[in-house]
This record gives sequence, C-alpha cells and structure tokens, in this order.
Amino acid sequence: MSIVIRAENISKMYQLGQIGTGTLSRDIERFVAKMRGKEDPFLKIGQTNDRTQAGDSDIVWSLKDINFEVSEGDAVGIIGKNGAGKSTLLKILSRITSPTTGKIKIKGRVASLLEVGTGFHPELSGKENIYLNGAILGMRKAEIKRKFDEIVSFAGVERYIDTPVKRYSSGMYVRLAFAVAAHLDSEILIVDEVLAVGDFEFQSKCLGKMSEVSQKQGRTVLFVSHNMDAISVLCNKCMLLKNGMMIDQGPKDSIIKQYLERSDKGGSKGLVFIDGKEIKEYTDKMGNHDSFELLSVEMTDDKSVRRNTFYSDEIIQVKCKFNACDHYSDFRIVVFIKDRGTGHTIILSQLSDSECYNHVLAPGVYESVCRIPPNLLTTREYKIDFFFYHTNRFNISLADAFYINIKFRDAKYLNASFEDSALLRPYFDWSINHIE
Amino acid sequence: MSLVNNTESGLQFEEWDMVIEPKKKLLDLHLYDLWHYRDLLVLFVKRDFISFYKQTVFGPIWFFIQPIFQTIVFTLLFGRIANLSVDGLPHIVFYLSGVVCWGYFSDTLSKTSTVFRDNSQLFGKVYFPRLIMPLSIVVSNLVKFGVQFALFITVFIYYLSIGRIHPNIYLLFFPLLLLLMAALGLGLGMIISAMTNKYRDLSFIVSFGVQLWMYVTPIVYPLSLAPAKYKRILELNPMTTIVEWTRYGFLGKGSHDWMQLLYCCAVTAVLFVGGIIIFNKVEKNFIDTI
Repeated sequence: MSIVIRAENISKMYQLGQIGTGTLSRDIERFVAKMRGKEDPFLKIGQTNDRTQAGDSDIVWSLKDINFEVSEGDAVGIIGKNGAGKSTLLKILSRITSPTTGKIKIKGRVASLLEVGTGFHPELSGKENIYLNGAILGMRKAEIKRKFDEIVSFAGVERYIDTPVKRYSSGMYVRLAFAVAAHLDSEILIVDEVLAVGDFEFQSKCLGKMSEVSQKQGRTVLFVSHNMDAISVLCNKCMLLKNGMMIDQGPKDSIIKQYLERSDKGGSKGLVFIDGKEIKEYTDKMGNHDSFELLSVEMTDDKSVRRNTFYSDEIIQVKCKFNACDHYSDFRIVVFIKDRGTGHTIILSQLSDSECYNHVLAPGVYESVCRIPPNLLTTREYKIDFFFYHTNRFNISLADAFYINIKFRDAKYLNASFEDSALLRPYFDWSINHIE
Repeated sequence: MSLVNNTESGLQFEEWDMVIEPKKKLLDLHLYDLWHYRDLLVLFVKRDFISFYKQTVFGPIWFFIQPIFQTIVFTLLFGRIANLSVDGLPHIVFYLSGVVCWGYFSDTLSKTSTVFRDNSQLFGKVYFPRLIMPLSIVVSNLVKFGVQFALFITVFIYYLSIGRIHPNIYLLFFPLLLLLMAALGLGLGMIISAMTNKYRDLSFIVSFGVQLWMYVTPIVYPLSLAPAKYKRILELNPMTTIVEWTRYGFLGKGSHDWMQLLYCCAVTAVLFVGGIIIFNKVEKNFIDTI
C-alpha cells in the first residue's frame, strides 16, 4: 500500500491569554529581536499542553513533534482526552491553520468535515444550501448536480427541498448537512466528532456510510471520536495523543486498550473517595460556577465503609458533599453508571427523580446520597460519572470518578458466556408452575 | 500549500499532491486552487443576492432606494441650500454619478475590511482559498452596482435627450475606471482586514474613515471648485481621478488629466498587489488570533 499522508515533526504553538491587548508592543519587541538575529523572546520551549497545570509561559505547544504515516485505504482513529491536540491536528490536516514547524505531505484530494452544516445559510432553501455547502467543501457544480438526488434521498428531506433551512427541524438540518459531506468524492476524508449530533438511527446511518466509504470504496479516513465503539467498528488503526504528543500508534485494539487504561486514573488507584485538590483534576467546569463548590464524592456500602468492590446483593451508596453558596431552585445531580469498556451509559439516575428535588436549597453544605439497589448490576466493571447542574447557572461534570467491580457471592449458578453478554442482572419475579 | 504537483528530487522519487508547511512563498497564490473553486464564488454571490431580498416586500428595489434618497438629500443640502456649484450640470445627474460610484467603492472597501471577522465561523471549519471571499464581495457589490448603474443610465438618457449634458469619447474609459475602483476597494480592504485581525481598533477607523474619505473625494462638489492648493491634496486621492474621469466621460465636465490617471493606476496596482500578499500571509494563521 502506498503512503498517502506523511507528517514530519508537526508542532503547533499557541499563545495563551488575551491576544488582543499589548500585542503591538510585543510585536515590536519580537521584530527587534528578529532583526538582531536573536531568538523570539516569547517562544519558550518545553511547555507541554497540560490544562491542569498552570504554566509559567503563556506559550503552549498544542502539538509537539508529531510523526505519522497513513497508507491508502486505512481508517485511522485519533483518540485522546480533551485538549490532547486531536482537533488541532485535524485543523492542520484540513488546512484551516498551518503548523508552526514541520511538514505534511498528502497524496490525493482531502475533504474534511469538522462541523456539520458549515456555511449553511438559514434563508436559503435546502436545494440552494446543498449547492453552496457542496461548493464550500470543494465540489464542482456539475458534481453536485450529478449526486443531487442521492444526497436528497440520503437525507430524507425530499418534501422540504425548496423550503428555507431555517424552517427545518434540527434533525433534518443535520441530516441534510451530513448527506452533502458524505457524498464528497475525495480520496481522503477527515471527520471530527460530528456524529454526536442527531438521533441514534441517524448516527448509525452515518457510521454505516463512513465504513462504506473506507471499506468498500477503499478511501482513506481519519476519524476523531471519544466513542470507542465507533472507533473500533470503523477504524483499523489508531493514534493516541496526550498533551499534544503522540503516545502510540498502531493497530486499533492495542491502542484503544491503552487509552482506556490510561484514562482509568481513578480505577487503577482503586479510588473510593475524592476531595479537595483532586476534585479539580476530575471536574470539567462550564459557565458560571461561583455559586457551587464540590467538596467531595465517595462510594461506600450501606455501613458507610468506602469500597469499590461489591457483592451483587449489596447496596452501593454514592455520596456527594457540596457547598451551595446561593439559593438553589432548580438544582440537579445526575449519576451515570457506565460500562467501563465501551463508555456507554447503562443507568442514569437524577436527584429530580426523588422528592428532594422540590426543595429550594438554602446556602450551606449538603450531602447527597444515591443508593444503588442490590441485585441490579452484574459481574462487570462499571464507572461512575457525575453531573451537577443548575438552570442558567452552572454545569459541572465529573467524569471517570469511580470504578465499581461487582462479584456474585454464589457463582456456581452462573454461566460465564451468558453473564458476559449482559449489562445488567436484576432480580425479577419468577415463578414456575407445574400445570400438567 | 500548493496543489501543483510537487516532485521531490533526490534518491526516492515521490509525488505529492499537496504539501502543508509553515512558511509560504510571498506570492504563492495557488491560482489553480482558486480556479477550482470558481463555482463557489458564483454561489456566494447568489447567496448574498438572495439573502438580501428574502422576506422583503420590495426585494431588489431596495438597491435603488439608497442612491435615490442620497441624491435627493445632496441636491437639497449642497445644491439648493449651500448652493455649491456643479459646473453648470443638472444637480440630479451630477450627484447620482458620484453617489453610485462612491457607493460601489465604499461598500467593497468596508465589506472586505471585515472579511475575516464576518467569516471566522466558516473559515475556522473548512478550507477553501480564502481569496474567494473578498472576490465574491467585489462581485456581489458589482451586481448591486449594476442595478444602481441602470438607474443612473436612465437619468443620464433623460438629460441627454433634453440636451443638458454632453458625453464624449472618454466614456469608453469607464470599464477601466470600474476595474480601478474594484481593485482599489479590494486591495485596501484586504490590507485592513489583515490588520484588524490583530488590532481591532482599525475597524473603528474604517467605519468613520470611509465617511470622511467621501468628503475629500469630489462627490458633492466638482474638483474645479477646490482652490489650487487644496486641489493638489485632493488629487493625491486616487478616487478623485476615478470620479472626475467618470463625470468627464458621461457628463462632459470634469478633469481628465492623463498623468493623474497614470498615478491612479499605479497607486491602485500597488495597493492591490500589496493587499493580496498581506492577505495571503495572514489567511493561513488568522484563525489562531482572531
């Protein structure tokens, strides 16, 4: 197989902080330094892009010395945590921004889909937008014309094709936008996590189309996703990025496994309690969160002993301690129980399911307890994510906080091949009657 | 970043369709790329035109309303009240010629000067030759200009039929003058757009600078009205020459100095080429700073 993409020492530097202020004086300083043949005074090296640590320079390398090759027909998954540099890499590959150093050589036409519906104009009709969007993505008019019917039927919007897209439902909008992109005739297709939108049926349709593109048509696909299921279905190779550096690349299975192991920070340490500084490491805050302070989360049995391995017939308690700095009227805590391997949510439970929800909380320190009933989970590893939410105020998620192992006390009735396929193992009410 | 086949010399013979590198040559315009995306330019123009009149009652008639009202106001204000001389020409056709020309230039300039900011959403998500965008602005405005020019021609024919104006052969220079206006607006707009990217202050200067610029261009008065020492300053402004030549060709009054035209072409060429170079330099990384 011939090499279609070769990246050599790709690095990308970003300047943090406010770019708009004081840059003129800084530019002059930089220019003077350059004139005198000195190094750029603001370009300090050696800073990796780790969000959680405050660096002493406001220059970060969001990508550092990335080297890779992609062969024709490969489907490569690019994985890594938020801020690992995946999107920056895609942006460089799709020529939206240029690398600070290094070179990428590409054979063939590249089409990139970093966002669904880029350049859609709300006032234009579906038909006009297909042409416009297709042209933005690099198609010629004749090419779009040839594929027009195919695009419309893939999107399933025949009836509304002459209606302005601002009247479309968001689902129709996304379907139309993806349909255009899916029909690009390029040798290389670059796709960012765009499948997060749309309903389940549409997502599987997109995935199907993408695997058709890569497997049947033999085109090269680069795909970024946090969904390991999608990656393992679609890709044959993977690259793992962390803090802007390439950790490993190779066949998908070993890389995905490595990624899951690396992200299992809590699990490998067997964490059952997180508080103080560590909380900050886990939370991902959005919006104004001054009015909420998460103090600790812990996982215990019904006697308040902290553990992460339970028997299937035990109660598991998940507790959160937080400081409400204001009156709360619409406050929710959501607990997700996910499958550790795939990351799929299996159970979702909300504070609003209970009566507690109707209380207006006065400022103060609270502890919430969520009791997971016995005889529900099975011999699997689960992980627990939290989500703290108040309408219009804050939106805080705590991902990968805990990992739970479930064991059965009396395993002799279990049949391993059956049990492994189940995500849950609740006790139902059974009866057996002898009727004849 | 060129789509031209790039053959590497050396031991291994490799052919790449595209090489993405940090540095770009000063005048690497990837014209082949630009040509490939020509349909996009047409579609952008169509988009601008359609979205302009969607959900309006009068539709494209709005293109007429602005120059008509501006001409009426100028006629009342500068013609009747301030009583400025217009070289003995009919007020309406004198002001309308200036308004239509200035309208094209200033729209092109102000729209191109914010091209990065207006399109950062789009530019941040997909690659196409960025030059397509300012070019589509020039063409979009040309469509608008065409409609307004038709209005001017109607008025022009009316005054011609009653013998108030005397066009001459210099009228044939108009396509060149139009090209100069487009290139000037585009070139200057691209320089400003590249700079506003980093220094936002410039965008404020542009918005009122364009208004002030109109007054140092003979739009509401003929150049012949200016005293000799100011005339020299006014003639430094390339738009002065363009407007004066236009008026001379269509209306028979105005200056038509060949040296001035040459100077105007030179300034325009410098700004246009400079604009393209700066735009090209900025386009590849602007998304990181905007």
